[in-house]
Amino acid sequence: MVDGIGFGYPKCVFGEIVFNTGMVGYTEAITDPSYNGQILTFTYPLIGNYGVPDINQKDENGIEKYAESNKIQVKGVVIHDLSLNSNHWNSIMTLDEWLYNEKIPGIFSVDTRKITKKLRKEGVMMCALVVSDSNDIDTTKIKSKLKKSMRYNHQNFMELVSTKTTQTLGQNSKNIVVIDTGTKNAILRNVIGMGYNVIKVPWHTKVEKILQYEPYGIIISNGPGDPKMCLETISTARTLLEYNIPILGICLGAQILALAGNARTYKLKYGHRSQNKPCLNVDNSRTYITSQNHGYCIDYESLKDSEFKLWFVNVDDKTVEGIKHKQNKSIAVQFHPEANPGPYDCKYVFNAFKKIVEENRSCQK
Amino acid sequence: MINPNVATIQTDTKFADKVYLLPVTPDYVNRVIEKEMPDGIMLGFGGQTALNCGVSLFDNGTIKKYGINVLGTKINSIKLSEDRQLFKDAMNVCNVPTLESKAVKSFNDAKNIANQLGYPVIIRVAYTLGGKGGGVARNEIELYEVVNRGLNASMVGQVLIEKYIGSWKQIEYEIMRDCNGNSITICNMENILAMKIHTGDNIVVAPSQTIDNYEYHLLRTAAIRAANHVDIIGECNVQFAVDVDSSKYVVIEMNPRLSRSSALASKATGYPIAYMSTKINLGYSLDELRNSITKKTTACFEPSLDYIVCKHPRWDFNKFEFASRKLGTTMKSTGEVMAIGRTFEEALQKSIRMLDINKDGLVLNKYDNEIDDEEDIENHLINPNNFILHYVATAIKKKIPIEKIAKLSSIDPWFINKIKNIVELENKLKNNKINHKLLTASKKRGFSDKQIGRAMNIDEKEVRTIRKKMNVLPVVKQIDTLSAEWPTQTNYLYLTYGGNENDFHIKNDNGIIVLGAGPYRIGSSVEFDWGTVNMVFGLQENGEKNVSIINCNPETVSTDYDVCKRLYFEELTIERILDIIEFEKPRGVITSVGGQIANNLAPILNKNKIKILGTNPKYIDQAEDRSKFSTVLDKLNISQPVWKKFSYFNESLEFAKFAGYPVIARPSYVLSGSSMKVIWSEEELKKYLEKAVVDSEHQIVISKYMVNSLEIDVDGVSDSETVIIGAIIEHVDNAGIHSGDAMMCIPTRRLSKEIVENIVSHTKKIVRELKIIGTFNIQFIVSNKTVYVIELNIRASRSMPFVAKLMKINLVKLAASAILNKSLPNIHNNIDKNTRFKFGVKIPQFSFMQLDGADITLGVEMQSTGEVACIGNDFYDAATKGLISAGYKLPKSGCAMVIIDSHNMHDNKIIKSITTLCKIGFKILTTKKIKMLLNELNENESIIELNKEYNFIELFYSKKIDLVINIPNTSSITNNKDSNEEYQIRRKALELSIPVLTTKEMIELFTNVLKWLKNNNTSIQFLDH
Repeated sequence: MVDGIGFGYPKCVFGEIVFNTGMVGYTEAITDPSYNGQILTFTYPLIGNYGVPDINQKDENGIEKYAESNKIQVKGVVIHDLSLNSNHWNSIMTLDEWLYNEKIPGIFSVDTRKITKKLRKEGVMMCALVVSDSNDIDTTKIKSKLKKSMRYNHQNFMELVSTKTTQTLGQNSKNIVVIDTGTKNAILRNVIGMGYNVIKVPWHTKVEKILQYEPYGIIISNGPGDPKMCLETISTARTLLEYNIPILGICLGAQILALAGNARTYKLKYGHRSQNKPCLNVDNSRTYITSQNHGYCIDYESLKDSEFKLWFVNVDDKTVEGIKHKQNKSIAVQFHPEANPGPYDCKYVFNAFKKIVEENRSCQK
Repeated sequence: MINPNVATIQTDTKFADKVYLLPVTPDYVNRVIEKEMPDGIMLGFGGQTALNCGVSLFDNGTIKKYGINVLGTKINSIKLSEDRQLFKDAMNVCNVPTLESKAVKSFNDAKNIANQLGYPVIIRVAYTLGGKGGGVARNEIELYEVVNRGLNASMVGQVLIEKYIGSWKQIEYEIMRDCNGNSITICNMENILAMKIHTGDNIVVAPSQTIDNYEYHLLRTAAIRAANHVDIIGECNVQFAVDVDSSKYVVIEMNPRLSRSSALASKATGYPIAYMSTKINLGYSLDELRNSITKKTTACFEPSLDYIVCKHPRWDFNKFEFASRKLGTTMKSTGEVMAIGRTFEEALQKSIRMLDINKDGLVLNKYDNEIDDEEDIENHLINPNNFILHYVATAIKKKIPIEKIAKLSSIDPWFINKIKNIVELENKLKNNKINHKLLTASKKRGFSDKQIGRAMNIDEKEVRTIRKKMNVLPVVKQIDTLSAEWPTQTNYLYLTYGGNENDFHIKNDNGIIVLGAGPYRIGSSVEFDWGTVNMVFGLQENGEKNVSIINCNPETVSTDYDVCKRLYFEELTIERILDIIEFEKPRGVITSVGGQIANNLAPILNKNKIKILGTNPKYIDQAEDRSKFSTVLDKLNISQPVWKKFSYFNESLEFAKFAGYPVIARPSYVLSGSSMKVIWSEEELKKYLEKAVVDSEHQIVISKYMVNSLEIDVDGVSDSETVIIGAIIEHVDNAGIHSGDAMMCIPTRRLSKEIVENIVSHTKKIVRELKIIGTFNIQFIVSNKTVYVIELNIRASRSMPFVAKLMKINLVKLAASAILNKSLPNIHNNIDKNTRFKFGVKIPQFSFMQLDGADITLGVEMQSTGEVACIGNDFYDAATKGLISAGYKLPKSGCAMVIIDSHNMHDNKIIKSITTLCKIGFKILTTKKIKMLLNELNENESIIELNKEYNFIELFYSKKIDLVINIPNTSSITNNKDSNEEYQIRRKALELSIPVLTTKEMIELFTNVLKWLKNNNTSIQFLDH
């Protein structure tokens, strides 16, 4: 049990506690749907410094300008030193106010390094975060509730994070379908930036429906939870692979694609959540700094008998960070080429995908 | 390795196979190249000096002629980032925005550009270090001044005029890039005092605090783009200015080399930038290299910090009577500290304590910089000096709105709000009884026990007792580059109240803690880093495994985490040292190698029952306490200059009269600001006494000042029985110049055998009497064949690296074995014949140029910021190289301006020196009186009389003067500087890099060196194992 000072909204939540070692980007992080169901610990101790911009502000395509989705996705936030006063030219409120408005609890003045070390040693775990206005919190009751709470691993998050309706974004003439398994806005912005419309479809959209949009390519997005929970998306991906339509999988999308291509996935002990992960591109032997947020991973051994081969590998723990289809036009990365938060060094993954998409189209013509 | 800096551990032969103590100039490096025929050369590690030298060697064809491979960033890339216009053009190509500006080579062009851009404008100088010569101009008159100064300071006679953006944020990125194009940023840093202040003088935090994810990565990507385009191989630093009202930014400059910022970034993150950069220069790629902290992960990653660091510069304005304290675009600080914490307030208050300037934090000091007048406060916010953040605190107390403080000071409101937290806690502490909640909150915001005690009117010690009873304790955390994501065994540590778990535990370690020297400052600099590191090496060589260091200076080797078992990057305050001792439970502490700061802690630690290893503190006290030491000398029958301590005004006047002027006066209890001074008359003494508080508590010491005597330093080591004298070092200057500012040589040149014997015998007597275990330094004065002792320091001295390199006797390492109770080897003391080289000369390095208004005359207060030493076959061989190393231009011929008052005019040394100058072909431009005097000596042909209406500024600017000789008369030093023409001449000459000689000994040395150079050439020699 860890004591601290509560902020945000007073309530009790249960979720999987994880840590992120990025030093900037709390706005982007806590609105990232991949964090749904999780309580996020920031290892960087000073959070909230530059306040919170107007989350509802949209760009010319109707996408939230400063956030990765339209709301806070995390269940709770753990911080060492929260800035109750913030300053930035585009800030309209403090992090504390924002969490309160969105009814999310937070705790600060805790030893976040101690928590991080515990998670590193014992692995991520279910956790209760209680913020209360009164002094006495019934810990026994909360502990027993925690025991009974829904395990993160068993939960299907798709109903929570995926779009309910199909949306068309952008004013271009060509379409790319994004299967929304919890997509970050930055993926959509990149697709539009490449010169395509985004057709954002729900996670369980059928192949026939997808093909109606005559997509140049398909993106399976990032998102929360165990990829094996997304049975419908896996099956869609399998069909799309058979049709040899260019697919880009990102994060959860990469895992789904891997499962569709007969590879396996597994859960990492404490995941990769940071902005400093070196990944080696085995094609050109260059190492890139990537932004990451994933708890599950593609099994390297399983690639041998799958439809995929290795593209990127994590230089530190040698885990799979990217795959390429052995024959077809599908690629996938475990990290976030769209950044937000994090470095833009792997933006070229989008360009690589664009190249595949355009070549594919000219072949067909 | 070529480097004339004798005091640094770098020039120990442990780190290089051959060390050339030679000037880093194209001429000398060329000669070493001829001798060594190297395959490669590295230019990125010796600052701007090495980089400029490398460019010159390329331009003059040396590098090509000898087929030398420039390792790391290539010359063309260096030029691209150093030449302002080329850099701008390059940045345009790679789409990194730059500030609108223009490079100019004349004042007229500068004027036109300034009119186009609108005042204020900023003038930057091409190819200089520390912003030397640049500045802000608010009008045409200021423009004239700064541009001309800049053009003269620039190696290529070029300055850059650009729009002044002082209120923008200043953010820097450290980039590593290998030959495959892999690029990473080690960290970024934010300057609290914005663009207004030079980054070297800025208070800096890492990582940045006030920019968001978009801006952070926008700048990061731009920095990498710039490094890619310029083709950096190794390390570089990229500086940006960022608007406060938008994400608009411009790149300011790029340093294609290791810099002060990269040293800071290394210590801030634990990523050894210089080491990795060297490997990259040798051809490794980043992903081939290991993270040396985790040993498991790759070096091709970006460190993640789970703490904040605050770098605070230390300024030594107190040492310079006329120097302006105003901070600006020229760097003026002499050193810096780095503090690590888990809140900004903690890091900031720690950093202020680390400065060792009698401040216990931002507030609640014995003397806070309280000013009452609001206008005065605002003025201090607009024109920051070294206490700027203290004035921000004052402004908050005066209820000046945060937005207004931000606007006036250009400090981001986020930082001001954090300072407000400190001020609010100060109020709470003053108005409440001590309780757990308040105590915890205060400690988390960096308050020291001293500050808390002061607020609550209780003793520091009592606060500690209460605090420990309440279980409010700091924890020890590791710096691991990855925010605990990977398991590490790192020994790079800091203490914080931002946590409740120690990262590890120590069991029966029985180790030794060595205290380091804190920030570099005048009087305690890189030589004490040398001492600290050598002590650790010495202990380790004697089998000690568990040696820890406490130090807080990011510019040192002693704070490299691989030097010792555990490195505490921490405050050298009694509170923190006790915290560490309670955690470590060492068997003792060594306080004798960390200069003044560590030395002063010894008695307090001793009082706290901490074992001080080495000389018994009782004896140290006998050396430090003037009265006690005097008794010791009397007992041993050793002479000392007459002196007396006073509490009363009249008594001191009487004594001074008895001793005879000049006398040296100094407060026995040194407050910052009041200083030592040579006093020439009763009138002056009265004035001095009026300023200094003299009462029974604050006494004053007056001693006889012996004019025209020799000063001698003896460095040695002892185990309380065996006494090893490392060297007898003779000052080239006469007594009266602070020993830190004096030129020195080994062996002695002017001492008789008898005097040497006397010195040796005095030394042995004193050392045995005080049972010294470890190093010592004794200062003697030789006057009329009598040897007087003036001072004993039972600790490592400034000159020990010089002795070690010249005599091959490492006194500090020997001290390590003495401290461990091992007897010293019998090294016979045949002082004069034991030198490895015939002569070694040590020359001080001054930084007057950077200190606006500082006079360059020397006195009993030390003013030099560094030193060099060179070796040679004879005295002038070594001296020539020493002078060049210290930055003197040695004119072969030309015109010397000589201005000397009647008091000094008839001095033999001076007459002889001027005659020498005439003989070797110099023209002498001088006053009528001196011309007449010299005409009597038949040297009339080359002597020109100064026209009464002469304008020295014009003479200087038109490059008609190559040398200025001016002995300040004693009254001219204290006179008002504005009306003092001699001061103006000295200052102007200095700013235009014309050598100025102000002491008889320097004039004599300098002219003799010029004469020697007519018929001789210097030698090239190296040190080896």
